[in-house]
Amino acid sequence: MQPILSASNLCKRYGRVTALDNCDFELMPGEILAVIGDNGAGKSSLIKALSGAIKVDSGDIFLDGKKVNFSSPIDARNAGVETVYQTLAMSPALSIADNMFMGRELRKSGFMGKVLRQLDRPAMERIARQKLSDLGLMTIQNINQAVETLSGGQRQGVAVARAAAFGSKVIILDEPTAALGVKESRRVLDLILDVRARGIPIILISHNMPHVFEVADRIHVHRLGQRLCVIDPKDYTMSDAVAFMTGAKAAPGTTASAA
Amino acid sequence: MSNQSEADGGLVARVESIASFEHQHTMLSRIQHALHSNPALVPLIVLVLSVAVFGALLGTKFFSSFALTLILQQVAIVGIVGAAQSLVILTAGIDLSVGAIMVLSSVIMGQFTFRLGLPPAVAVACGLAVGTFIGFVNGWLVARIKLPPFIVTLGMWQIALASNFLYSGNETIRAQDIEASAPLLQFFGQSISVGGAVFTYGVIFFILLVLVLAYILRHTAWGRHVYAVGDDPEAAELSGVNTKRILMSVYALSGLICAFAGWALIGRIGSVSPTSGQFSNIESITAVVIGGISLFGGRGSILGMFFGALIVGVFSLGLRLLGADAQWTYLLIGVLIIGAVAVDQWIRKVSA
Repeated sequence: MQPILSASNLCKRYGRVTALDNCDFELMPGEILAVIGDNGAGKSSLIKALSGAIKVDSGDIFLDGKKVNFSSPIDARNAGVETVYQTLAMSPALSIADNMFMGRELRKSGFMGKVLRQLDRPAMERIARQKLSDLGLMTIQNINQAVETLSGGQRQGVAVARAAAFGSKVIILDEPTAALGVKESRRVLDLILDVRARGIPIILISHNMPHVFEVADRIHVHRLGQRLCVIDPKDYTMSDAVAFMTGAKAAPGTTASAA
Repeated sequence: MSNQSEADGGLVARVESIASFEHQHTMLSRIQHALHSNPALVPLIVLVLSVAVFGALLGTKFFSSFALTLILQQVAIVGIVGAAQSLVILTAGIDLSVGAIMVLSSVIMGQFTFRLGLPPAVAVACGLAVGTFIGFVNGWLVARIKLPPFIVTLGMWQIALASNFLYSGNETIRAQDIEASAPLLQFFGQSISVGGAVFTYGVIFFILLVLVLAYILRHTAWGRHVYAVGDDPEAAELSGVNTKRILMSVYALSGLICAFAGWALIGRIGSVSPTSGQFSNIESITAVVIGGISLFGGRGSILGMFFGALIVGVFSLGLRLLGADAQWTYLLIGVLIIGAVAVDQWIRKVSA
């Protein structure tokens, strides 16, 4: 099977610091791939390279087998790689519908839209409501309420729904449960599984091993700017994963990367 | 979902109502929510109350169509500048150069007509172009060079004001001369009266401007992006908003509106005077703040600014008709400013 998103030999240096050192990456269709690694291992550089936030010094990124060259997150997004940032990138004072369509608003047809450039609010609200209920988030009653009036989990839900709404091929989730309580984390994990059930592959960056082991199909262990190994969470324990990540235990052979 | 971790076992008996809202609808929280979604409500209430109070105290002297439209005439210039200021403040910036751009534009319209002998229409176009250009430079410095708006416009205020005095040689063009040879410059001074109500073209322009901007801010993508940039510029950028382009267009539009204010100013005072409109920047910020637009950006509506400008007008005229010292106006305006910001802070604390 061909990977939907892959990268080979990525290198990125900041002055004398090497953040990515000939790093490889593979995301298969329909899977949840967790990326774990110690602080400073270079996993956020890897994610930024994949989402277009930084340009790598060398190496190639392929989406659907075709070489891509993202110069900005917007570029990546237009190609179908949506990122849900840890900060969520939402405007707190604006409504849920406004936020979901920020930067890709729908305009009315005809004179009102073409000349007066009027937004098609009814359509935007209808689609936003539908996308939220697709993901079982319709406990949010009012699509026009400001995002800042939502709870942390609901905001995360809206951000994930926004990413899943626009025909995306890949969704990158950066620490989606880091700021949430136990119950809200639970809901967000269910949401992640729902998104996968809809066929969209997910890259999950998380420090939370129980969460990673619960939802991930494969785990990409990042260490010293490289992919150390890819493991199946069913074959290893959380403490094994932490040991690989920190170098306390040798990685399971070079063949593991073909898992 | 088969391999849920043991820790989540504790959630089996969880209460499923976490994401629903536990609405404890106290009166106060309902008011807070209403104000959160309609930020222009506070200034509207204050406006209606102050009109009612002055009407009760002064009777028909205040409650005549003439007096009420006089208020509109008196606030039109500050209101037009306030509209420009509103746009900039919505992006979490501030424009201290609005008054200076206004005066410089009016001087250019006047001097290009009388000194260079250009047709008035061309001179007006030049004035509008210069105002837009200065605004664009402000926007470029803010968006591209990333200088703080306060500093950029503080500098531009001095530059524009000094250019205004240097170029005009501190010389006023008299109203009679303008009336005789270039009536176009006084276009906004013309008026239509309905009964006792007098609407100058300046007032009509002010009202139309507010309505058009209200439409743009609410119903176009550009307008939504202005709010998003003011709310959280990084989030806006990551959501696909071209924040630099939005900032530059906002400052340029602000410059254009200020140049229109300069044109309207000639209509209002009749002459072209390089010393007029000295306090327009502070007065416009006052109208914006009383109108409930947050100085931190992203919140408020231009209708609020409209009501804010009218509140200032109602207070000045009402107190003058009562025979009070003009300082009482400033004192009360000061109280309103502080009150408005306190309300803004309270509204921000709204939560589900």
